[in-house]
Amino acid sequence: MNEPIIELRGVSKRFGPSYDAAARVARSLSARFGSPPRNETVRAVDMFDMTVMRGEVVGLVGESGCGKSTIGRMVAGIMPPTEGQVLFKGKDIVSLSTEQAKDAKLKVQMIFQDPYASLNPRMRVEDIVGEAPRYHGMVPKGGGDDYLDAQLQRAGLDPAFKRRYPHQFSGGQRQRIGIARALAVQPEFLVCDEAVAALDVSIQAQILNLFMDLRRDLDLTYLFISHDLGVVEHLSDRVLIMYLGRIVESAPAEEVFAHPNHPYTQALLAEVPRIEARKRRFTAIKGEIPSPMNPPPGCHFHPRCPHAMPRCSVEAPVLKEVASGHRSACHLNDMG
Amino acid sequence: MTVTLEVRNLRTHFFTRAGIVKAVDDVSFKVERGQVLGLVGESGSGKSVTGFSIIGLVDPPGRLAGGSILYRGQDLAKISEEEMRSLRGNRIAMIFQDPMMTLNPVLRIDTQMIEAVQAHTNASHSEAWTRSRDALGMVGIPSPEERLRSYPHQFSGGMRQRVAIAIALLHNPDLLIADEPTTALDVTIQAQILAEVQKLATEHGTALIWITHDLSVISGLADRIAVMYAGRIVEAGEASTVLDRPAHPYTHGLIGSVPSRNKKGEKLRQIPGMTPSLLNLGVGCAFRTRCARATAVCEQEPPETLIPPERIVRCFHPMQDVAA
Repeated sequence: MNEPIIELRGVSKRFGPSYDAAARVARSLSARFGSPPRNETVRAVDMFDMTVMRGEVVGLVGESGCGKSTIGRMVAGIMPPTEGQVLFKGKDIVSLSTEQAKDAKLKVQMIFQDPYASLNPRMRVEDIVGEAPRYHGMVPKGGGDDYLDAQLQRAGLDPAFKRRYPHQFSGGQRQRIGIARALAVQPEFLVCDEAVAALDVSIQAQILNLFMDLRRDLDLTYLFISHDLGVVEHLSDRVLIMYLGRIVESAPAEEVFAHPNHPYTQALLAEVPRIEARKRRFTAIKGEIPSPMNPPPGCHFHPRCPHAMPRCSVEAPVLKEVASGHRSACHLNDMG
Repeated sequence: MTVTLEVRNLRTHFFTRAGIVKAVDDVSFKVERGQVLGLVGESGSGKSVTGFSIIGLVDPPGRLAGGSILYRGQDLAKISEEEMRSLRGNRIAMIFQDPMMTLNPVLRIDTQMIEAVQAHTNASHSEAWTRSRDALGMVGIPSPEERLRSYPHQFSGGMRQRVAIAIALLHNPDLLIADEPTTALDVTIQAQILAEVQKLATEHGTALIWITHDLSVISGLADRIAVMYAGRIVEAGEASTVLDRPAHPYTHGLIGSVPSRNKKGEKLRQIPGMTPSLLNLGVGCAFRTRCARATAVCEQEPPETLIPPERIVRCFHPMQDVAA
């Protein structure tokens, strides 16, 4: 439990247009003689640090555009970071040999949000789930039927349906196919990117239960990315709250829901619809999430924050410990 | 209280090559002035088709196969398309899940809004412009004068949904049907939109039908809740009664599967199986195959029973005084 399985150190990810020679000349000319060229770079993730211990379930929460999916993709090795290091079991993925890197990638698998878009519609279930273990030599060539059946059964699918295509399944069953595919290569770490967001409430409960069973049976570690605080609260040991590419608060799940420290976390928790609520008056955080292309200076949240001070628009707050294991990035904590 | 809308025994069926899909089958409910009705159900339960039926937007092969939709005593199922058009967007409005179903991507917002005003009034262009600006301001869009000149793609998702709501509110409708309008939005934006529609119901007396699959959204907003399953309302009543003491096993299961209703880290209470196909759905209670309380009698049609004072449940074995 006390060994980190995934570590991100100072990871940033920027997305920008790629300029051809002519565009580069035009930009440098306009920088010298005219108005400076517009900055078109999106800072999706900005100096992000995270450690996930073996066996832990870390919930990553944030609104659309905050960079949470980008984190997930970098952890799963689908996307390289622009800056910083991604460490798998203490080793930088970049420094690994080809063979070791392939192995590390197999150990980290991803489950996607959309069970319709993430399965190839022209492949049968047996190939969707069975292709990767066959390719990686986890099952003997030409054999592996038993292995495949076991994978399907573990995800709650009837192996009798393995000759079918994805469109012959319901949304919840398709998500099970995605889970069986990820687990077929015997990963240790699962990145679930909004994995239950597209499902009906009763089906969502079935899939969340499956995740919990698998964690127990296979000793899995999860990075659970979601905008749904109710789901994250139920599942996670530790929660990270993101706003515009940065972590604003990090704490054990109970702690974050009982004593939220950052004003953004507090506002977010206040807005979560709760089934226990009856006929209440709705109020709301003012304003919208700013564009990550042009984030506000200082603390990204200050234009919407009810406690903003002059300092907040100048200096970006850093994550500081406010209680044991509970860190928050807010200048309010510096005041007595 | 005056009744704004009363739906009686509504049936909307789709006549497909594979057979008849009874998307809405014998649905009855009413909404009073200023009241919020939450119409809850999972995908394929017929909740959206119920909304489309009221506003007269059911496309072939679907059609109304029976029942009446009484809007202030006038039966919308019987009036001509022309009469319906004078009500739609004027006295009865709808907000869709995807705001781009309402907005035309190649027209500026002012063009679309002024057209919507002039379609139902004799307002001059400048009067219509003023009204559009005020409507945008009301739903919390900053600097509405400038934003009126924008195209839909220049707005974020939440802003676009607000424009769609502003268009629905242009004529202060008596009845507003909202079909999952906040599903695609972030929680902070969702709260802003809920605040807007709530204000509308209390200040203008608009009757609101809020269609959703998410019980937690509706619990804070609705006065009454109707739960749909496989084309039928299986339980309906006052929101707090339905949520606190559900009588139908399906409602009970639905509430139980919400994560915050469960102890952290423990297994969620789940409903086994999945929603049945509506194609050639046989007789009997459609939920019986997933229900723990089902017996042989459930193979017959469960009657609508009244639980005093005013709750309705369609079940042979309703749960009595069981907390959710």
